[in-house]
Amino acid sequence: MMATSYNAKDEDGHITVSGPGGGTLRSRKPENTAFKQQRLPAWQPILTAGTVLPAFFIIGLIFIPIGIGLYVTSNNIREFEVDYTGVDVSSPCFNCSQNYSWNSSRPCTCTIPFYLEQPYEGNVYMYYGLSNFYQNHRRYVKSRDDSQLHGDMDSLLTPSKECEPYAFHDKKPIAPCGAIANSMFNDTLELFYNDPNGTKVLVPLANTGIAWFTDKYVKFKNPGGDGANLTAVFQGTSKPVNWLKPVYELDKNSSNNGFINEDFIVWMRTAALPTFRKLYRTIKDAKVIPTLPSGNYTLEVVYNYPVRSFEGRKRMILSTISWMGGKNPFLGIAYVTVGSVCFFLGVVLLVIHHKCGNRNNSADISN
Amino acid sequence: MVSELHRAALCRKDALEEERRVRANDREYNDKFQYASNCIMTSKYNIITFLPVNLFEQFQEVANTYFLFLLILQLIPQISSLSWFTTIVPLALVLSITAVKDATDDYFRHNSDNQVNNRQSQVLIRGSLQNEKWMNVRVGDIIKLENNQFVAADLLLLSSSEPHGLCYIETAELDGSENTPHLSIKSELRQSVSVTSELGDQNNLASFNGEVVCEPPNNKLDRFCGTLYWRDKKYTLTNQNMLLRGCVLRNTEACYGLVIFAGPDTKLMQNSGRTKFKRTSIDRLMNTLVLWIFGFLVCMGVILAVGNAVWEREVGSLFQSYLPWDPPVDNFLFSAFLSFWSYVIILNTVVPISLYVSVEVIRLGHSYFINWDQQMFCSQCNTAAEARTTTLNEELGQVEYIFSDKTGTLTQNIMSFNKCSINRQTYGNIHFTHLFVLGERLDFTPFNPLADPDFCFYDDTLLESVKVGDSHTHEFFRLLSLCHTVMSEEKSEGELIYKAQSPDEGALVTAARNFGFVFRSRTPGTITTTEMGRPVTYTLLAILDFNNIRKRMSVIVRNPEGRIRLYCKGADTVLLERLNPCNQELMNITSDHLNEYASDGLRTLALAYRDLSEDDWEMWSESHRCADKATNCREDRLAATYEAIEQDMMLLGATAIEDKLQEGVPETIAVLSLANIKIWVLTGDKQETAVNIGYSCKMLTDDMTEVFIISGHTVQSVRQELRSVHLPLQLSGVSNYGAVAHISGEFAIVINGHSLAHALEADMETEFVLTACACKAVICCRVTPLQKAQVVELIKKHKKAVTLAIGDGANDVSMIKSAHIGVGISGQEGIQAVLASDYSFSQFRFLQRLLLVHGRWSYLRMCRFLCYFFYKNFAFTMVHFWFGFFCGFSAQTVYDQYFITLYNIVYTSLPVLAMGIFDQDVPDQRSLEYPKLYEPGQLNLLFNKREFFICIAQGIYTSVVLFFVPCAVLSDATQSTGVPLADYQTFAVTTATALVIVVSVQIALDTGFWTVINHVFVWGSLGCYFAIMIALHSQTLFRIFPNQFHFVGSAQSTLLQPVVWLTIALATAICIVPVLAFRFLKVDLKPQLSDTVRKVTQTQCLLDGRLGARGGSRRSGYAFAHQEGFGELITSGKNMRLSSLALANFASRHSSNWIDTLRRKKHNHTHTPPNASGDLGAPQPYKL
Repeated sequence: MMATSYNAKDEDGHITVSGPGGGTLRSRKPENTAFKQQRLPAWQPILTAGTVLPAFFIIGLIFIPIGIGLYVTSNNIREFEVDYTGVDVSSPCFNCSQNYSWNSSRPCTCTIPFYLEQPYEGNVYMYYGLSNFYQNHRRYVKSRDDSQLHGDMDSLLTPSKECEPYAFHDKKPIAPCGAIANSMFNDTLELFYNDPNGTKVLVPLANTGIAWFTDKYVKFKNPGGDGANLTAVFQGTSKPVNWLKPVYELDKNSSNNGFINEDFIVWMRTAALPTFRKLYRTIKDAKVIPTLPSGNYTLEVVYNYPVRSFEGRKRMILSTISWMGGKNPFLGIAYVTVGSVCFFLGVVLLVIHHKCGNRNNSADISN
Repeated sequence: MVSELHRAALCRKDALEEERRVRANDREYNDKFQYASNCIMTSKYNIITFLPVNLFEQFQEVANTYFLFLLILQLIPQISSLSWFTTIVPLALVLSITAVKDATDDYFRHNSDNQVNNRQSQVLIRGSLQNEKWMNVRVGDIIKLENNQFVAADLLLLSSSEPHGLCYIETAELDGSENTPHLSIKSELRQSVSVTSELGDQNNLASFNGEVVCEPPNNKLDRFCGTLYWRDKKYTLTNQNMLLRGCVLRNTEACYGLVIFAGPDTKLMQNSGRTKFKRTSIDRLMNTLVLWIFGFLVCMGVILAVGNAVWEREVGSLFQSYLPWDPPVDNFLFSAFLSFWSYVIILNTVVPISLYVSVEVIRLGHSYFINWDQQMFCSQCNTAAEARTTTLNEELGQVEYIFSDKTGTLTQNIMSFNKCSINRQTYGNIHFTHLFVLGERLDFTPFNPLADPDFCFYDDTLLESVKVGDSHTHEFFRLLSLCHTVMSEEKSEGELIYKAQSPDEGALVTAARNFGFVFRSRTPGTITTTEMGRPVTYTLLAILDFNNIRKRMSVIVRNPEGRIRLYCKGADTVLLERLNPCNQELMNITSDHLNEYASDGLRTLALAYRDLSEDDWEMWSESHRCADKATNCREDRLAATYEAIEQDMMLLGATAIEDKLQEGVPETIAVLSLANIKIWVLTGDKQETAVNIGYSCKMLTDDMTEVFIISGHTVQSVRQELRSVHLPLQLSGVSNYGAVAHISGEFAIVINGHSLAHALEADMETEFVLTACACKAVICCRVTPLQKAQVVELIKKHKKAVTLAIGDGANDVSMIKSAHIGVGISGQEGIQAVLASDYSFSQFRFLQRLLLVHGRWSYLRMCRFLCYFFYKNFAFTMVHFWFGFFCGFSAQTVYDQYFITLYNIVYTSLPVLAMGIFDQDVPDQRSLEYPKLYEPGQLNLLFNKREFFICIAQGIYTSVVLFFVPCAVLSDATQSTGVPLADYQTFAVTTATALVIVVSVQIALDTGFWTVINHVFVWGSLGCYFAIMIALHSQTLFRIFPNQFHFVGSAQSTLLQPVVWLTIALATAICIVPVLAFRFLKVDLKPQLSDTVRKVTQTQCLLDGRLGARGGSRRSGYAFAHQEGFGELITSGKNMRLSSLALANFASRHSSNWIDTLRRKKHNHTHTPPNASGDLGAPQPYKL
C-alpha cells in the first residue's frame, strides 16, 4: 500500500534478531572482511623512549666511526692545486691572459714552476678546474644535440634548434653544434719533472680512460660508424666558431677522434656548479715509483682559453685517489659531526626523559 | 526523482511567455503555444557532447585553467624551463579521472531520467483513459491520479473521489518556504474548484473544455494565480487548486487534474537549481593556503627574477662569448622577466595538481569505509549506512553542534502503554532494559478475540484484576475506551484499525481494547464499544476538547442504563486539583505513582470521572450552548463552561506511556556529550513531550542546576526571560563570549517555537546564542521547519563551529540542508530527509560511530595527508630555489624532467594515499571508549595555519639539506676512477634519490598504522623509483630517442659510487634526526590523549557506570501530543464521511505513521515470536 521502502521494516518495539537467511530479502549487510571493516592486521609503531633513544645512539655509533674513517682516508690523499689564470702581474701567464682572445692564431705559452713536498703514489690524476664558469646555466645545458653526437647523419647536417645560435655557421651545419661544444676547454697542459740532476723529464700523460664508459661507448658515436673516414664524414659541416681545428682533428688516434674524443666527451658532461674540475689526464703507467716523486715540477700551458673576460679562474690539480675517490674532508667531518650530535641528542633526551618524561602509560586518561 | 531535484537543464524555447493559455482536452489548440513537453532531462551530456562539454566545464575550474596556462607558457622556448609533458601528464591524468567520474554520474542521471520519463500515467484521451508515458503527457491533458501515485506534472485539480473535491497530497521536496506553524508540513489538503468537482466521472471530464489563463511558469511554490473560463463564467484559481509535480497523492482514491505546466516548466523543476555545494572547513583552509602558496610562489619568482637581473648584468653579460642571450633578449631586464615565468613553471609543483585529486580519492575511500561498516548496518531494516556525499568526511571529525529532530530520530515514534495505577495499585512494574524484556508477555487472545495481537504488556495481575471484575479497573478501561478522539475502521469483523490523532491516544485505546473494553465505532452522537464481550452503545453528549491551556479532555456520555457520566483524562497537575476532596488518600498514592512514572521518563495522564445527574447535565448543556453561540470571546466562554463541569471528580488512576526511544539513544547522547559535542533537540512536539524525552534520553538530568523554560509570547517577555537566565549563568555581558567557559553548574534551556521566533530576531539573537551556548542542553519545541534551519544558521553564523543536523522527516529537510553536515535517518518517514542528507543510516546510535570513529579517522587522515603533502612538495620544489643561486638564476632544474613529471604521480603518491586512507592512531573501540579523543578535531588542532607553517618549514629545511649536502660533498668528490662527481647528471640523480628516500622515511614516520598495503606502497614506491630511473637511463631508450634521454648511464655510474650513498645517508640523517627528536619530545613531555591511549593495551570500559541511575523528580509529562479541534470535528460529524484514512493525515504526521506501524504490526505478526527476550544472554535489570 505504501512505497516499497516501507515494506522491509519491522517497527515492532521489541527487537527480534532474525537468524541468517531468515528473510527472503537479500541482505545488504556489508561484507565482513578485514579490509572493509578496517581491521587489517597492522604494525603500529609508537615513538617511545625504548625505541627512539637506542636509535639515536646507534646512529651516533655508526656515523662517528664512518666519519673518522672517511676523514683519515681523505687526509691520506695527496692533492696539489695551482691557479694559472694569470690575474697577477707577477704570474707567468699574465701576458697570455692579457692578450688572448678567441680566434687568435698564434698560441701563447706560459710555464708555471711548482714544488711537490710529498711524493704521489699510485695512480695520479690531473684535472683542470674552472671557476665562475656557468656550465649549469639552463640555456647552456640544453644547447647541444645528443642525436648529432650519437652519430645520426640527419642531425649532423641539420642540427637541433636547441643548438642556436651555434647550429649553423656560414650556412653550414656546425659539428658538434651548440654552446657547450663551442666553448670547449682547449688549453694544453704538459707536466715536466725537474730532476734534481737538472734534466727536465716529461711526465707521460694518458688522454684516454678519462670519460664515463657509457659516454664513450654509448652516448657518443662518430657519424658513419667506427671505421669511417672522419674527414669525409664531416665534409660539408663547419667547425664550431671558437674552435681552432675541426672535430676530426682532435686527436690522431682514430679511436679518440671526432665525437668520441675523450677531452670533448669530458667537456660535454656539464658540471653542476659554477666552480668545477674536470679530469684532464691520468698518470698511470708510471715506470718510476712513486709516480710523482717529491721535487720541482714545471707546468707548461698552451694558453688558448680566455676566462678573464668573465672573471673566471683556471686551475691545474694533481691528485691521488682512494676507494672513496679524491680528497673530500667535508664528508668525514660531516659524518663525525652528525654522529656526535645524534649521540649527544640521545643523552639529552635520555636525561629529559628521566627527569620529566611521561612514563605512566596507563593511568590518568581523564575525561 | 533525485536528479530532477538537482538540475534543471532543459529543452525549452527561449521566447518569454507572458501568460499561459491552456484549453482542456484540446491538443491542437495547446500545440500552438509550443509549451514544453513533460519530458525532463537532468543529464548534462550525451555521447557526442561529452568530451567538449566536459572539458569546457573542467577548465572552468581555476586550478585546471592555471595548469593549462602553465602548459602554454612551457611552449614558449625562451621560458620553457621544463618540457611540456611535465605538466601535461598530470593534467591529463587529473582531467581523465574527473571525466570518468562525471561520465558515471551522468550515466546514472540518464537512467533516472529514463525511469522518470517512462513512468506510466493515465491520460484521458477522447473520453477513455489510456496509459501514457510521463514524457508524452502534454499541457492541456487531463490525467487521472490514484492513491500514492506521484503527480506527473503541475495539475489543476478538477475532481476527486473524496467529498467536496478534496484530496490530500504529501509534499516531497517542496517545503522549506512553508512557514505556517500550526499546519502539518508534510501533508496538505487540496480542493478543486467547486464547479469542476461536480464533474465526477470521466465522461463528463472528457467533454470539459474550460480554458485556463494563468501566470507563466515560475518558481514560487506557494503561489498560483489564474482564471478558469468555462461556460462563459470566470473562476479564480489559487494555489489551493494545484497539485504540483513531485508530490504524492495520499489517502485519496483517485483524482483528475488538468496539466498546466509540464516538464521543465513545473514548479519543481523551476525550483531545482544546483543544490548548494557544501565545502568543508579543511577545503576552505586548503583554498586559503593554496592562495598563500601562490603568493609565496610569486615572491620566490620575483626574488629569483631580481637575482637573474643582477646576475645577467654582472656576470651573464660578460659570459656572452660562451653563452649569448637568446635572440629576443637584448638586456638583463627582459631576461629577468622571462626568468620569472620560467621559475613560476618550475616552482609550480609546490601546489601540485594532484593535491585536489588525491584529496578527492581519500574522501572517496573514507566514504566507502562508511558504506562498508557492518557496525552501522541495521539488520532490522536491512540498511547499511550510506555516505551520500563523498566530500565532507573529515568534517565529521570536527562537529561541535548536533541538531536533532526528536520524533523518528531520538524516538521510534511508538507509544506503548507501559504502566498504570488503578485504585492504589500500580501495574506493569516490570524491570526492563531498552533491549530486553523480562517476564512473560501477556497473551490476550484466549481472553479477548478482539485484542490487538501486537500489544505488549507484561504484568498479568492487571489482566487478573480485569477478569475478576474489579469495578475500578473496569471503569478505568471504560474511560480509556470512551474518552478520546480516535476513529476506528473495521474492515471485517474484529479487524479493527484505529486512526488516532496522536500515538498516545492510540496506545491508550489499544490498551483498553486488549483489556476487554474495545472501542468499535462512533457516530457524531454515539460510541459503540464491546465491554468484556458485550456490545454497548453510549450516547455521546459532549466532547470537552483538549487544548494546551486545559491540558485535559473530557467526554460526557450516557450509558445504556441512562446514567450520565463525565470521563476526564489530563495532565496530573491540572486534574488532581479538580478532584473531589474525598480522593485525598488515593490522590497521594496515585501522585507517588505518577512521580515514579515521570521519573522513568514515561508520559503520564491522570484519569477521573464524575457522575452527573440529569439536571446537572441539562443546566450545563444550556450554558454550553450559550457559550457556543457567543460571538465574542467564544473560546474563553467555552473554557469557562468546561471548567465549571470538570470539578469534583473522582480519581480513577493514572496511565504511563512510554515514548519508545530508538535503541541506544541515551548512551549515544552521553558519549557524544563527553566528546564535547553539544546536542540541541529541535522538535515540533509540545514542550512537555520534548522535556520528557530530554530526560529519558539523559540530555536533561536531575543533577542539573536548573532547567530554564522560555515560553514568552512577546518580544519583551522573551527578552526578560532570557535576561533572567543570565543571572544564574553569571553572564556579564552580551559581547563576552569568553565568560561562557567558566559556568559553575549545568544548565539547560527549553524554548518554545513562538519565543524562538522572537529570540531569532536580529537584536536578540546574540543574546540568545550566548545564553543557549552556555547551557549544556538546549531543547527547542514547537518549532517549524524554517525555524529549525534558522537555528542552525544562527549557530553557523555566531559560533563558527561545525554543525550537524540529523532528522528523518520532510520537516527536517531545511535543517539538514543548512547544516554543515546533514544526516538522514532512513527508515520510517519516507525518504525526503535521506535525499537531502549527506549521510544516512537507520539508527540514531550509529551517529556516535559516524562521528567518533569515521569522522575522527577521516579528520586525522586528512590532516596527516595534507601536512605530509605540503611537506613533500616543498622539499621537492625548494631545491630549485637554492640551485638558482648557483646556476645564474637561469631556471635550470635540479632534477631530470622525468623525475619532475613522475615525482608527484608515481614516486610519492601511493604511500601518502595509503596513509590518507588507512591510517589509524587508535582502534575504533578506543575512540568510543574515550570520547575526549574527538576534541582535537573540534579545536582544529591537527591541521591549521600553524601546522601548515611547520610543515612548510620542515619542507624548506629538507630542501636546504637536500641541496647543500650533495653540493658540499660532490663538488670535490671523484669517482674511484678519478672522474669528478660534480657533473650535473650525477648531482641530479643523487639529489633525487636522497629526496625520494627522505620523503619515504618521513612517510614511514608519519604512518601510524602499517598494513600490508602501506608496506607494499612504501616499498613499492621506492622500488618503482629505482626501476623507472634505471629504465629511463638505460641504453635501449637512449638509442631510440637520443634527444629525449640525456641521462643515459647516469643511474648506474652514480649509484655504484659509495660516496653517493654516503651522501644520501648523511642527508637523510640530517633531515630526519631533528624530526625524530622533536616528535619524541612531544610524545614524551606533552603526550596527547591519543598517544596515551595508543600505549594503553589493556581493555578498559569507562562507559560502565557512567550512565548511572537517575533519581526521581516531579515533572508533568502528560500524554497529549495532539492539537485541539478534533472534539468539535467529531461531534459535528464533519469528518465522518471522509475516507477514514484521511483523518490521520489531516492531523499530525505522527498519526499516519502510527497507523502504518499498526498495520505493519498486523502484517508482520506471524513472523514475530511472542517472547522476544529469548536467549540473548542474561540482561541486566535496568536500574531506574
